[in-house]
Amino acid sequence: MTDFFIKSDISRNDAEKVVSETLKNCDDGELYLENSKTENIVLDDSKIKNSSYNSDIGYGLRAVTGEVIAYSHSNEISKNSLKNSSENLKSTLKSKKGTYNHSISKSNIKYYEDKNPIEEKSFSSKIKILEEIDKYTRSKNPNVKQVTANFLGEHKSVEIIRAGGEILTDIRPLVRFNVSVVLEKNGKKETGVYGIGGRQSYEDYLKNENWKKVCDEAFRIASVNLDSKPAPAGEMKVVLGPGWPAILIHEAIGHGLEGDFNRKKTSAFHNLMNQRVASDGVTIVDDGTLQNRRGSLTIDDEGTPTEKTVLIENGILKNFMQDRLNARLMKTNSTGNGRRESYKHIVLPRMRNTMMLNGTHTQEEMIKSVDKGIFAVSFGGGQVDITSGKFVFNCTEAYEIINGKIGSPIKGATLIGDGPSALKEVSMVGNDMMLDPGIGTCGKAGQGVPVGVAQPSILINKMTVGGTQI
Amino acid sequence: MIKDQSFLDDKASYCIDSAKKNGATDVQVSVGNSVSETVNFRNKKLDESERSDTLILNLTTFINKRKSTISSSNIENNNLDILINRCVETAKNSPEDECNTLPEQELLAKKISELNLYDKNHISNEKKINFLTEVEENVFMDDKIENSESSFSENKSIFTLANSKGFLSGYKSSSFSASCVAVAKSNGSMERDYEFTNQRFLEDITKADKIGKAASSNAIKKLNSKKISSEKIPVVFDKRISRGILSVLSSAISGSSIARNTSFLKGAIDTEIFNKNINIIDKPNILKGLASRPFDSEGVKSSEIKIVENGILKNYLLDTYYGKKLNLKSNGRAGGTTNLFFQNGSISFNDLIKVHPKLLYVTETIGHGSNIVTGDYSVGASGFIIENGEFIYPVSEITIAGNFKDIFKNLTLADDLEYKYATNSPTTLIEGMTVAGK
Repeated sequence: MTDFFIKSDISRNDAEKVVSETLKNCDDGELYLENSKTENIVLDDSKIKNSSYNSDIGYGLRAVTGEVIAYSHSNEISKNSLKNSSENLKSTLKSKKGTYNHSISKSNIKYYEDKNPIEEKSFSSKIKILEEIDKYTRSKNPNVKQVTANFLGEHKSVEIIRAGGEILTDIRPLVRFNVSVVLEKNGKKETGVYGIGGRQSYEDYLKNENWKKVCDEAFRIASVNLDSKPAPAGEMKVVLGPGWPAILIHEAIGHGLEGDFNRKKTSAFHNLMNQRVASDGVTIVDDGTLQNRRGSLTIDDEGTPTEKTVLIENGILKNFMQDRLNARLMKTNSTGNGRRESYKHIVLPRMRNTMMLNGTHTQEEMIKSVDKGIFAVSFGGGQVDITSGKFVFNCTEAYEIINGKIGSPIKGATLIGDGPSALKEVSMVGNDMMLDPGIGTCGKAGQGVPVGVAQPSILINKMTVGGTQI
Repeated sequence: MIKDQSFLDDKASYCIDSAKKNGATDVQVSVGNSVSETVNFRNKKLDESERSDTLILNLTTFINKRKSTISSSNIENNNLDILINRCVETAKNSPEDECNTLPEQELLAKKISELNLYDKNHISNEKKINFLTEVEENVFMDDKIENSESSFSENKSIFTLANSKGFLSGYKSSSFSASCVAVAKSNGSMERDYEFTNQRFLEDITKADKIGKAASSNAIKKLNSKKISSEKIPVVFDKRISRGILSVLSSAISGSSIARNTSFLKGAIDTEIFNKNINIIDKPNILKGLASRPFDSEGVKSSEIKIVENGILKNYLLDTYYGKKLNLKSNGRAGGTTNLFFQNGSISFNDLIKVHPKLLYVTETIGHGSNIVTGDYSVGASGFIIENGEFIYPVSEITIAGNFKDIFKNLTLADDLEYKYATNSPTTLIEGMTVAGK
């Protein structure tokens, strides 16, 4: 654990005093300290294109009263810097008066081990694997024109000091391994991307030459796309494969169930609590407690232990995802969803691992039931407009379905839908739930945080497919 | 207050000396400090204040053709010593790459021209609050407005860039920005839209009342939208959206995309990729320009370049590394383009939207649907149907799709260019795209 005060001109004791003094007339707040190390090694064009190491340390002092948040952050953990921050916060909140809520739940359960993935594996051995990856992938086929692979490792120490001197800490490892392949045949170029990762050591993902499977998958996706034809345009039935396509759930429903949008009444879901928002049989949870998963957290960035929060149960809206501020204003409890990208960012309610649970149907049944539609196996990224509820996502691997059978692969097309109505159009939920491989990053208000998703195959009765063929 | 130039210069020199003592043959370092203060309003009330003070040091060490990079926000010398050592050791263990080198001496910027990028004026949080109060009063003048969020941000930055070939230079810059997002509601329909301003100098920002009124009317116009059926219909991109065409172009002609053979424009240099009447300029020396700079992130002088002249692609965007890969010289585009824009077309906005009896006018796109490798494009969109030059009704939940090779050849530009962003375009008519709806 980092000792944030060892080289500082302010002692831990004095820092605690500044925190307590700053927050004495506030409803909530804390001093959040963070020390993160990140290493990124990129192989591209058969060369080690980049090796970078980042060491970042800083704090964010936050005071909250009523609905108002005052935040000040800096890289310099010093007497003078903390004093400036404290004064800045007090000047914003000078006309407000609150009562500090000392209560915060506790847990001893950890969802990942205290590891430093960067130091556990030597730089030279990482380079060696990247070079093997390049050789292996290029040897698969002469059409391979470009291979990019990277190792991204992170080690983050977090300390939260609350008014009254309560201290919460967490150490978070995170790794991600990615391979991207470009194929060219008869003048046509296509890309395939695949990756894996989570809150463990590299070895947990790379042992037994597991990396070959990642290369194989990236190559397979690019090959499928080489044979793709233009996508259809218009409204049709869509079957989504299990796993990563659950970013549909994340975009269509997840963001709309975050506490801030509902407290502010800007979400299309804000007045739908305990009402039907999805077909019967659709159950969605947001779970921060899955061992070693990318979206898991032992405590959130306010110090609240994470949990498994049921958002939608058999189609009925049950809970929003909350941080402390929005929970207080909506007279409920934090669900451990208070997250921030780093000490440079304010806390927002954010998703962790968002999952649709199993139903009873098979993927085969779904495909058989479709006369004309598409089967979407993998997606690039998605986006949602919370207010109108419209969301999109981009297919990176998809096929047409004709008369109950999977046909040719189709070019990457955007799918567009409407959040509040999309889940009502789900007519079959599969029995093949899968977690994504551990690659998701969610963006909100300019902050990126690691997340996970999971779902079984699902059949959606009606979505607009943004191809070029009418 | 931001740090002094001399403090940053000393840090940069310290890193270069120390890295050389550790065995580096060449070194590049940048040190920057940025202080910003933001105030946010929501529904006419103070919602958030944020003060941000960030330091960042980036160091690249070379041992002949081997290279490694570190960055840190802790720039105390004892911490830097550890990181410099790590950086040099990592470089030693990295494979050689012929193209790893500092820029050639003669390309480095010598005379640094004054671009007027720094306004020393400070606007207190109280004054920001007054400004936002006026913005929000104007938003809520229409009772269809249900919610609003407004923000005022002031930023002051300073940096120094230095390398072991003797380059050492830096400068201050500032920005003042204000924005307002309005949510309108009527008959069960909820829509959001915005207005914003961003300038180097405080005196140049848009007035508060104008921002509030524009956000309000933009959101109200979108209410009660329809979904249209799938068809091939001419599309007009609002200036907010048309500038995205230039962003795609700049990704596709970046040295890395070309050298790595991952661009749909590979080999397109000196060929006609747009209509003959299209010209695209990247101009780094606009006074007070949002993306103006005397040199790029490697210290190479940035001069004005014509990227597309009479429809013909004239230049790639090159830094030192990819310049070497392509046997070309850096043209000062490490870190990307500067003030990039389409030169004005010859038709007015009002005439442009009458070119066809029926048009789709796009004001917003969502999703990441631009594929630089193939040129394929497919995104979610919303906007308006225009008939005979009149805005008839709003549309949403549709997609637009095509391929940039065709899109580039089928552009008609209006004559309404303004410098609101770093990358700017006039309103643009595009023929031949597919619109998917019902």
